[in-house]
Amino acid sequence: MAKELKLMKGNEAIAQAMIASGTDGYFGYPITPQSEVMETLMAEKPWETTGMVVLQAESEVASINMVYGGAATGKKVATSSSSPGISLMQEGLTYLAGAEIPCLVVNVMRGGPGLGTIQPSQSDYFQSTKGGGHGDYQLFTLAPASVQEMYDFVFEAWDIAFKYRNPVLILSDGAIGQCMEKLYTRDNVPRWSEEKRREMAPWGTWGKPATRGHNIITSLELDSAKQEVFNHKLQAKYKEMKEKESRYEEIQCDDAEYLFVAYGSSSRISMKAVQLAREKGIKAGLFRPITLFPFPEKALAQRAKQVKGILSVEMSAGQMVEDVRLATGCSVHVEHFGRLGGMIPTPNEVLEALENQIIKGK
Amino acid sequence: MAFKGEIVIDKERCKGCAVCVGACPNQVIELSKNVNGKGYNYAEAVKDACIGCTSCAIVCPDGVISVYKVKL
Amino acid sequence: MNTDIVKPENLVYSRTKVLTDATMHYCPGCGHGTTHRIVAEVIEELGIQDSTVGVAPVGCSVLAYNYFDVDFQEAAHGRAPALATAIKRLNPHLSVFTYQGDGDLAAIGTAETIHAANRGENITMIFVNNGIYGMTGGQMAPTTLVGMKSATTPYGRRVDLNGYPLRITEILATLPGTCFVSRQSVHTPAAVRKAKKAIRQAFENQQQKKGLSFVEIVSNCNSGWKMTPVQANKWMEENMFPNYPIGDIKVDGKIVEGIGTDRLVVDHPLTVVQ
Repeated sequence: MAKELKLMKGNEAIAQAMIASGTDGYFGYPITPQSEVMETLMAEKPWETTGMVVLQAESEVASINMVYGGAATGKKVATSSSSPGISLMQEGLTYLAGAEIPCLVVNVMRGGPGLGTIQPSQSDYFQSTKGGGHGDYQLFTLAPASVQEMYDFVFEAWDIAFKYRNPVLILSDGAIGQCMEKLYTRDNVPRWSEEKRREMAPWGTWGKPATRGHNIITSLELDSAKQEVFNHKLQAKYKEMKEKESRYEEIQCDDAEYLFVAYGSSSRISMKAVQLAREKGIKAGLFRPITLFPFPEKALAQRAKQVKGILSVEMSAGQMVEDVRLATGCSVHVEHFGRLGGMIPTPNEVLEALENQIIKGK
Repeated sequence: MAFKGEIVIDKERCKGCAVCVGACPNQVIELSKNVNGKGYNYAEAVKDACIGCTSCAIVCPDGVISVYKVKL
Repeated sequence: MNTDIVKPENLVYSRTKVLTDATMHYCPGCGHGTTHRIVAEVIEELGIQDSTVGVAPVGCSVLAYNYFDVDFQEAAHGRAPALATAIKRLNPHLSVFTYQGDGDLAAIGTAETIHAANRGENITMIFVNNGIYGMTGGQMAPTTLVGMKSATTPYGRRVDLNGYPLRITEILATLPGTCFVSRQSVHTPAAVRKAKKAIRQAFENQQQKKGLSFVEIVSNCNSGWKMTPVQANKWMEENMFPNYPIGDIKVDGKIVEGIGTDRLVVDHPLTVVQ
């Protein structure tokens, strides 16, 4: 593969990856701190090269429903937004999950609640992994921690989305969206041909040939007994994701006595905190969940066996910490440390929290 | 030129709304005193005066009427 | 049965094969059934069954996808034009139509409706207006007439409380993105013929990439209005038609001659239901 080294923002990387991964359509609405995604797409004019459709919708509500319409035809369709906009999309997301439509949604998180702030935050963990919209459903949730991962995860998202017929969420934040880093780009994957689309999405509404019955995309089933059977099918799918697709990264965990658990921007800060801790003689390690749903609970439970305490570091009031506690089953002391409302913790603050809340507080 | 028609009503699908009754120019259709499996008084032809104009069929919300027509 | 006449070669009208065999769940005499049938007949006549995708709303016609033998999607409440926008843009060879009621299209989905029209999306929109929320049990719709009783206006719609009936079809006609805007009904044979002609025009415009075509069907709600189907059709003629005048409003991108600004910009209801 011809790798090319480039420097770009996380949001630009998302846009470039959409074009390069053969995405068929993007529908979005401007919101800080992710507006560069659509701005980059509009500047690149992919409709003249790959044939990708890009449209600025009238709202996030319309955007997600355009994703629903387009993706239901078996095309690779994406949107992106930031926290308040993602809240508006929750109805569409539950329909997409309920109709089992593969698609990609990117959330470049900012602080809430409400209009909140435009600074980076990680307070949409619950919304992303515990539903968000109504009903028993899950979004496959990937948490990039670098501009490179912003880029790479778009490619991965399409594989997962179509493998499981499920919406995929890339849960990023304003820090990764706005920061510039080097990244290696990939060769363009061509958009699917008509034949490939029909092969990948035999369920899609791409026009009923005489050889099959009409395809219907709906999340409605008025017969509760059938709806229950369908819900069990969804749950079996989510279970399979847990078993096969949980992803994580461990940094200096082999001899760790204390563990930071952090994803996204917080994991970058915690990585530095690990280094600072080790300089002080504290054997700290970092466990970084890459998939937030499915949460890498087995791997974390295994690693937790060797440590004296765990600090869950998030830019929230403590959301992922609940999954950390569930995964470790109260077998080890788990505490949360976070900054709120768009404030970003420093590595020293994180290390201090480990010392005060875990090492001394034990 | 005169025409003679004949309608065939799928009485089990008929909901007895009677919109066809008023649409027929020759008052061929009435609602039956009998009911179908759904409990509706279904439409039926009561006179041999159909001209095959299809008016009943094209106002039928449930599309239960087929129309046949011959030149006399 | 006269077996001399009832022979395949003498068949002049039968249910189109673009409708499935499923029995529609609509109430007896409901205009949805007729509207479905003529849309399906147009699809058959244009030979586009294999390249048509419909979008169903939330409301009485939520199950429309069971009745059309074409690929179909069921939208969230009010969002059908957003779905249709993307279906068409990503699949320009498909004929795409939305099918919505008054609550779906003119209340919760107003933004999607207006913006799809204003972008001039190359789609066909079918709008069934019966002035009431049928499925949820007869509540006030944006198109409920002044004075008209509903479950949430039990003493009649009052302008001071509920505002005016929304004539969204006239609003859409003023937008440059719409090519064809027409209001029809399906309660008599003549009306059905005209409505079908309008719907056919709306699909043909799409094939010719002329912009958004919009056909409103003023319809009845026997259950919601608490009348027999025949009474409801008469009431519709007497009360709905003065507020929602039947006929083409915009053809080939031009407002039809004789439709003045009082039709397009209305600041008072034309009639009040007693």
